[in-house]
Amino acid sequence: MSDQFLDGDLRSSGAEADAKRTVQPAGPGEGPSPDALLDKPTSIWRLGMRRFFRRKLGVLGLAIVTLLTLVALFAPVLAPYDPIQQLDRVEEVQRRDPPSSEHLLGLDSNARDQLSRIIWGARISLPLGVSIVMVAIMIGAAIGAIAGYFGGAVDSVLMRIMDVILGFPALLLAVAIAYVLGPQIRNVLIAVAVVTLPQYARVMRSSVLSIKEIDYVAASQALGASSWRMLRTRILPNSLTPLIVLGTLGIAGAILEAAALSFLGLGAQPPQPEWGAMLAQEYTLIQTYPHLVIYPGLAIMITVLGFNLLGDGLRDAFDPSLNE
Amino acid sequence: MSTPVTGSGTITAERTTPLVELRKLTKVFPVRGGVLQRQVGEVRAVDGVDLEIRRGEALGLVGESGCGKTTLGRMLVRLLEPTSGTILFDEDDVTHAGPRDLRQFRQDVQIIFQDPSTSLDPRAQVGHAISEGLRIHGIGDRAERRERVGDMLELVGLKRAHAERYPHEFSGGQRQRVGIARALILRPRLVVADEPVSALDVSVQAQVLNLLKDLQTELDLTLLFIAHNLAVVEHVSDRVAVMYLGRVVELTDRDTLYRHPTHPYTQALLSAIPMPDPRNRRKRVLLQGEIPSPMDPPSGCRFHPRCPIAEEGLCDVEDPPLMDVPRDVDHEAACLLRAGPRAR
Repeated sequence: MSDQFLDGDLRSSGAEADAKRTVQPAGPGEGPSPDALLDKPTSIWRLGMRRFFRRKLGVLGLAIVTLLTLVALFAPVLAPYDPIQQLDRVEEVQRRDPPSSEHLLGLDSNARDQLSRIIWGARISLPLGVSIVMVAIMIGAAIGAIAGYFGGAVDSVLMRIMDVILGFPALLLAVAIAYVLGPQIRNVLIAVAVVTLPQYARVMRSSVLSIKEIDYVAASQALGASSWRMLRTRILPNSLTPLIVLGTLGIAGAILEAAALSFLGLGAQPPQPEWGAMLAQEYTLIQTYPHLVIYPGLAIMITVLGFNLLGDGLRDAFDPSLNE
Repeated sequence: MSTPVTGSGTITAERTTPLVELRKLTKVFPVRGGVLQRQVGEVRAVDGVDLEIRRGEALGLVGESGCGKTTLGRMLVRLLEPTSGTILFDEDDVTHAGPRDLRQFRQDVQIIFQDPSTSLDPRAQVGHAISEGLRIHGIGDRAERRERVGDMLELVGLKRAHAERYPHEFSGGQRQRVGIARALILRPRLVVADEPVSALDVSVQAQVLNLLKDLQTELDLTLLFIAHNLAVVEHVSDRVAVMYLGRVVELTDRDTLYRHPTHPYTQALLSAIPMPDPRNRRKRVLLQGEIPSPMDPPSGCRFHPRCPIAEEGLCDVEDPPLMDVPRDVDHEAACLLRAGPRAR
């Protein structure tokens, strides 16, 4: 039924055939009266979801992200061993067993079960990536919205500050911030959020700039709406779609940057099972014990891939050019 | 039908003061350029327009794109701030009224936009969009608003149940009906219709025009009808104002304008209306050249570089105001040769 409804020809053909006296209710010639085609009103959100589920890659991304979320949620149940407690006696610490039936992904340099550490690592990386993006979007979107809506000097000052942040190589600036604040996961969040917020500010500013010129905002103004009301009810809700898409893609980047900071020793500290920190601890052994590096790396890769596919799928589904 | 509203109707005492009076209304847009965004010029989009809109009439405003008619309409509903001049609405000066003083004005004056696909928020249910004015002005409770929205939907030829639908579920013509409903929900006295049918399929234009005309009668509205198509204006208007480069160049009632166009520009516009009968060959008045840039308008009469009857030494020197056309009642034109003291 939806496909039929989306068909432009059907929608407009002879749509108002009566109408010599249009003040009367539309007669049988009115064409496809919406209720004849669909029993429920369809918001553009619902149309977008429908488009999203039609594409396999986006759905695959959603599946990966869902799976990882479940893994993170149920880590205590899923992990076969304790991620921090060393398994055996001290003299056996250096075993570094390759994968076996007992330890599916082998043991690390401290004789800890790698699978358990990777499972628990999802509890660090996923929430960290999501919170980085949420903080960056909240601050960035507020800055962008103010700059775009009010324009003028406010716009110039705010956006020049954003340009300054963008002017530094992102990772270098993040390293500097994390170093100054001290090596802690919370500081990784702050550092990466600061580095990424200009991109959200820019996107928000440009959507606000274009949306405030659209006639439905003028219509609200002509009805007597205040600036605040127009911003809240018309401009912001319509500016959010590109931000949600960008944010989903941004989670992948944020997880990577956070892992990079941990790899450099500025984030998660041993013995926390953070993927980047795990790589850092073992990377010198890549030739002799490749399993110590491959599996944490794969965990990062799959997570990033999942969020990227999901983000691409959302972008295709909610592309403004399709918002008819 | 209740009240006579056409130009031929009786002139009552109430109708002697106009509902809207525009005096020397001007809008100048700065043109910025270069790295420093310095002002390098200005566009006089609307340049000293004097115009009255009488109570209960439908005034048509026509002209080419870029002649300033949309700017004029948007200033009238106070979406754009005039650079200079005055707007009197019901004898009140509303030219620079602030948001608080505009509360009543916003209920009295509404606008219908050209393209219903951009004038409706794609995220808002149609009922929500229509009731926005009621919510802004705190009229009625939830149930009363729903009732009024339903009544309004029926009035514009849609169904009550359509209130829950989203704009993309409607055809272009239906969406424009929603736009009309939104403009009328506050029971305005003046509605500015800014090219309300030019974005619609030709097949539905007539229906939306008829709807507007019917509603005007039914709700006793005063209408400023902006269009670039004289055939469309003829259908709706009682009087017609023709604009060229930010000025009104001819103003009279519809029948006089179509039977006896006086300004050479109006004549050219009229001769551009396609006729259904190919054997009926008329003399076409073809204009040479493009509409001049409003950044650099010609000297004297702004139409003289394209005018077939312009006289050197007169039309390129003297800037004509609107003047009475001899032997006609209520007919003004801004032409040195055909109106005013020098008319032949």
